[in-house]
Amino acid sequence: MTAIQNPRSGQLGSGKIAPQYKRSGGSKGNFEMLAWLFMRLSGVVLVVLIFGHLFVNLLVGEGIHAIDFGFVAGKWADPFWQFWDLAMLWLAMLHGTNGVRTIINDYAEKDATRFWLKVVLYAASAVIVILGTLVIFTFNPCPVVDGVQLPGGFCPAP
Amino acid sequence: MWSWVGHRITGVVIFFFLLVHVLDTSLVRVSPEAYTAVIGAYKNPLMALGETGLVAAIIFHAFNGLRVIAVDFWKKGAKYQRQMLWVVLALWLVTFAGFAIRHLSLALGGH
Repeated sequence: MTAIQNPRSGQLGSGKIAPQYKRSGGSKGNFEMLAWLFMRLSGVVLVVLIFGHLFVNLLVGEGIHAIDFGFVAGKWADPFWQFWDLAMLWLAMLHGTNGVRTIINDYAEKDATRFWLKVVLYAASAVIVILGTLVIFTFNPCPVVDGVQLPGGFCPAP
Repeated sequence: MWSWVGHRITGVVIFFFLLVHVLDTSLVRVSPEAYTAVIGAYKNPLMALGETGLVAAIIFHAFNGLRVIAVDFWKKGAKYQRQMLWVVLALWLVTFAGFAIRHLSLALGGH
């Protein structure tokens, strides 16, 4: 006589789903779901940050002709723009890195290829985020060049 | 399908520009001259066209991204996804035209 097996979806009467049939769980946790959610939340914020960035830097006044060292210095003398650019840097880099990670997972078929492409991706992203963050916070908007204080309304009088 | 392809391509393009853009901006930390010299490269007419193309990609990615969010979170999102694509393309056209006219006349016009 053949024994009838328990349902694969769980122990009889327990109401639990056997581990191998769970959609989440295991060592990966719900990382993919959080990444999915992050893409949408950061996306909304980035639309505002990047549209504002493009408008202020390219469409107002002289536009691109106004951009030089003094322009950046003037913006980063203000904590508002420091924070704006920092948020843009981190959100855009995480959003972009996760997007490229998804594309690598989709198109690189060999395990080793996927692995190494992602190693390169994460290394490049880490370098860019750390570099950008350091630049925003260690930047001196009022450098002294050849013993002369660069002019700038935001700098202390020489 | 094609909006999905467009979203991926524009996303990758924007990501690679972002890497370069953080590097060029980092030159402010090297010296005022270094930054001003490299940023000067963005001001020639060929680069102005490139910037305009990049912004075209950004505007599409932005509006289509908002459409993806609407499809995922709005109850009727999936039902209206096709109509929303037309809204995205219309908004893209208007926003891009405004940007291109302003940016190209500034960048290519006499200074």
